[in-house]
Amino acid sequence: MTTVGIVCIALLAVTGTLCLIRIVRGPTTLDRTVATDVFIAASAGAIGIEAAIGRHTTTLPIIMTLSLVGFLGSVSIARFAARDDGPSQRTARDRKGRS
Amino acid sequence: MIDVAAGFFLLAGALLALAASIALVRFPDVFSRMHAATKPQTLGLLCILVGLALRLQSVGAITTIVLIIAFQLLTAPVASHMVGRASHRIGLLDESRLSRNDLDD
Repeated sequence: MTTVGIVCIALLAVTGTLCLIRIVRGPTTLDRTVATDVFIAASAGAIGIEAAIGRHTTTLPIIMTLSLVGFLGSVSIARFAARDDGPSQRTARDRKGRS
Repeated sequence: MIDVAAGFFLLAGALLALAASIALVRFPDVFSRMHAATKPQTLGLLCILVGLALRLQSVGAITTIVLIIAFQLLTAPVASHMVGRASHRIGLLDESRLSRNDLDD
């Protein structure tokens, strides 16, 4: 069981580095938001795997909080990335010159 | 026997998370990366949590895990919808890649 866990943790380590590559390279902030969401889910998975190896339930609340925080983070960034999403459904094309 | 199943689920979850991050790096623009960030990532986390539930086998833990899975299934679509709408608003959309554009017309 522990060897499977170690292999899984190694895979998640590679996942984390790939997400960091996207965070560093991502041209826009929304790319970084998406990459951060994947990174947080991968770390929550890693905590879950560690809890599965050690068979203890102490870290379960951490996984729940982590997934919620990840969600809140990307939603708030997405909310403020689109600067003037006013009531009118103006789309990006007719504001191309201004934005 | 249950440990073998739990190990399989953990491995499947880790591989799915890896697939999500590989797709995150390779895909060309925000919208295709959003596909990568929500679907395999959520399924990967689900598999890891099911493996964890198989390992823990205590009622309290399993109910918490069901709650986490419900949260994850509820929040992932909302988050990616917000990100998609925001990136559409600030003009990240590349018309050449599209066959239909519902938000504009």
